[in-house]
Amino acid sequence: MHFTIKMMAACAALACAGAAFAQSGQTVKIAMIEGLSGPMGPVGTNQLKSWQYVAEHLNAAENPAGIKFEVVPMDSKSSPQEALNLLKSAVDQGIRYVAQGNGSNVGVPLSDAVGKSNERNPGKEVVYINYAAVDPALTNEKCNYWHFRFDADTSMKMAALTSFMKDQKNIHKVYLVNQNYSHGHQVSKYFKEGIERNRPDVKIVGDDFVALGQVKDFAPYVAKIKAAGADTLVTGSWGQDFTLLVKAMNDAGFNIPIYAYYPSVSGTPTALAQGKETDVYQIAYGHSNYSGRTRELADGFKAKYNDDLYTLSIYNAMMALSDAMAKAKSTDPVKVAAALQGLRFKGFNGEDAQMRATDHQLQMGMWISKWQKVDAKNTYNVENTGYTFAPVKYLEPFVASTPTSCQMKRPS
Amino acid sequence: MEFFSISLLNGLSYGLMLFMLSSGLTLIFSMMGVLNFAHASFYMLGAYFAYALSTSIGYWPALFIAPLAAGLLGALFEQVCLRRVHRFGNVPELLITFGLSYLVLEVVQLVWGRNVVPYGLPEQLQGPLFTLYGTQFPKSRAFIMLVAVLMLGGIWLVLTRTRIGLIIQAALTHPDTVQALGHNVPRVFMLVFGGGAALAALAGVVAGNTYVTEPAMAYAVGSIIFVVVVVGGMGSLAGAFLASLLIGVVQTFAVAIDTSLADLLRVIGVQVASGNPLEQALRLTVSQIAPMLPYLFMVLILIFRPRGLMGTRED
Repeated sequence: MHFTIKMMAACAALACAGAAFAQSGQTVKIAMIEGLSGPMGPVGTNQLKSWQYVAEHLNAAENPAGIKFEVVPMDSKSSPQEALNLLKSAVDQGIRYVAQGNGSNVGVPLSDAVGKSNERNPGKEVVYINYAAVDPALTNEKCNYWHFRFDADTSMKMAALTSFMKDQKNIHKVYLVNQNYSHGHQVSKYFKEGIERNRPDVKIVGDDFVALGQVKDFAPYVAKIKAAGADTLVTGSWGQDFTLLVKAMNDAGFNIPIYAYYPSVSGTPTALAQGKETDVYQIAYGHSNYSGRTRELADGFKAKYNDDLYTLSIYNAMMALSDAMAKAKSTDPVKVAAALQGLRFKGFNGEDAQMRATDHQLQMGMWISKWQKVDAKNTYNVENTGYTFAPVKYLEPFVASTPTSCQMKRPS
Repeated sequence: MEFFSISLLNGLSYGLMLFMLSSGLTLIFSMMGVLNFAHASFYMLGAYFAYALSTSIGYWPALFIAPLAAGLLGALFEQVCLRRVHRFGNVPELLITFGLSYLVLEVVQLVWGRNVVPYGLPEQLQGPLFTLYGTQFPKSRAFIMLVAVLMLGGIWLVLTRTRIGLIIQAALTHPDTVQALGHNVPRVFMLVFGGGAALAALAGVVAGNTYVTEPAMAYAVGSIIFVVVVVGGMGSLAGAFLASLLIGVVQTFAVAIDTSLADLLRVIGVQVASGNPLEQALRLTVSQIAPMLPYLFMVLILIFRPRGLMGTRED
């Protein structure tokens, strides 16, 4: 009798221990809802490969939760409506983590839909991992408990960029070209605020918005920028919209300095390398010339796909997820979301990063990097062009951080 | 002045590219009464064929072979499909070309993928042709203009100076009489359809590497060429030419105009208050609505001059 009780106690203890590592050995599916075809397809395709590559890497070795990630690609064709349908289908398939990044025009409705879906389907909650949609609204007036952003939002990027521009004395007349949707408008708005603070002498000579992925000929815009007498171009455009703009500038032989969010995104470096040499600055949470593990990942990615691993937020997102799963001892999205709040973890370069609990915006450092020829110090060859984005200035997380107005509704 | 001349050149080269596309469409329509929804698909095929050929045999042979191949496909489609549904009337004809446009799109995506293909300019067309007031004008755009003008001359010669051109012109208006005179009118139709497809493909070959070669390229120009044909006048080549240039130039210049309705109202002393329900619409600038202007133009033409700028039909 005593023996049986002892046995039962031992079994219970074992079961508890088993439960403690219940997440270990499980496979966690992440639905990647992204535009994988169409004008912006190359960007989404690169990021899909990035997700899969980082997942493989973490599955093989350093995943603290001992789980396996499986990335399920879903092509939203960059359409918000399509993305919402895919979210439904992901929920129906039992997928509890969705990742999206390209386009705040998709990100905002997706975040909203995830919130509603979770309210209506208790037990089928979904966590939305935003790795690139940078509209500040997502962590301010439209913030949502189930949304976690691993990129830096436009308010952070523009605060950093305009403070860097303070010391760039050759900027006098700035022309803004952005995509005509929430992200582009926020870039324009926050740039104007920041430059007013840091360089009130700078004049803004143009502020254009182009339809996302629709304009195939930027020559008329280049003629307009030149006619406006601009000496600096600032843009938050990405993918084809930026590549074709650079191409049209090259064609016209009009290469003024560019300050941009996404000059290292698929296609654009090749176009930049074809033009006259000019100053191009990137504002981002990273650059192309890391050493250590990030570099190993980038080199491995290049060896495997002959492509660049530029979306390093994907690595951060996966690290944070596995840390949170280890902390929550579960892969249940409700517990993982709770564990993600305020989570501190080591980011892609071993730097500290923290998921701010108030608004779910990752707090991290920012980099200004400059387009230049590969040299002894900066060796990573971007898109095999012989050029690279060399780090110029680092801004600590506390410098890059911006306040939030988020009043988050948390599940009780 | 710099802005004006460069924009004019850009507008003209875009307009001429539109003309290459729409000339075939308007010919096919006026002859066969078929509104060919798949016309832009041949434009896309031209670009993709040229891309595939230029990687193996080079760009210059591809410039000739790609349009021929697309033209043959067009002729084949006319003979095998279109001719059969012809007797059922206009709607089935329209539907079958509509179906073809989907088919071509899917096939292109299957063969070449859903993303942009790296169809680059040949070395001879890279770089600037000349510099005007400090802005370069690229050779590739000048080449589009050259090809379009040569093509225009070619069509004009064929239609007015050759036997086959005379038969085509006669068959435009009196197909039954032409048939009664012993000419093979269905074969003429096949020729015109194939020729139209080849012209569209030629536009694709020269525009595909100047702009972008991707599966969405047919859709992007598909609606605008109908605007050209309607504005120019159904079946009128000269009208299509005029309308293409007009739309090309208007769209290019519109990009540069940052005036909105609200600004105009301010001139006459009316201020648009913030919070006005129409504020958003009134503050749209001309540059923002530039892509919409051709359609606006088409609606106006349909209201005030339904036969188009140079059209002859009143129905």
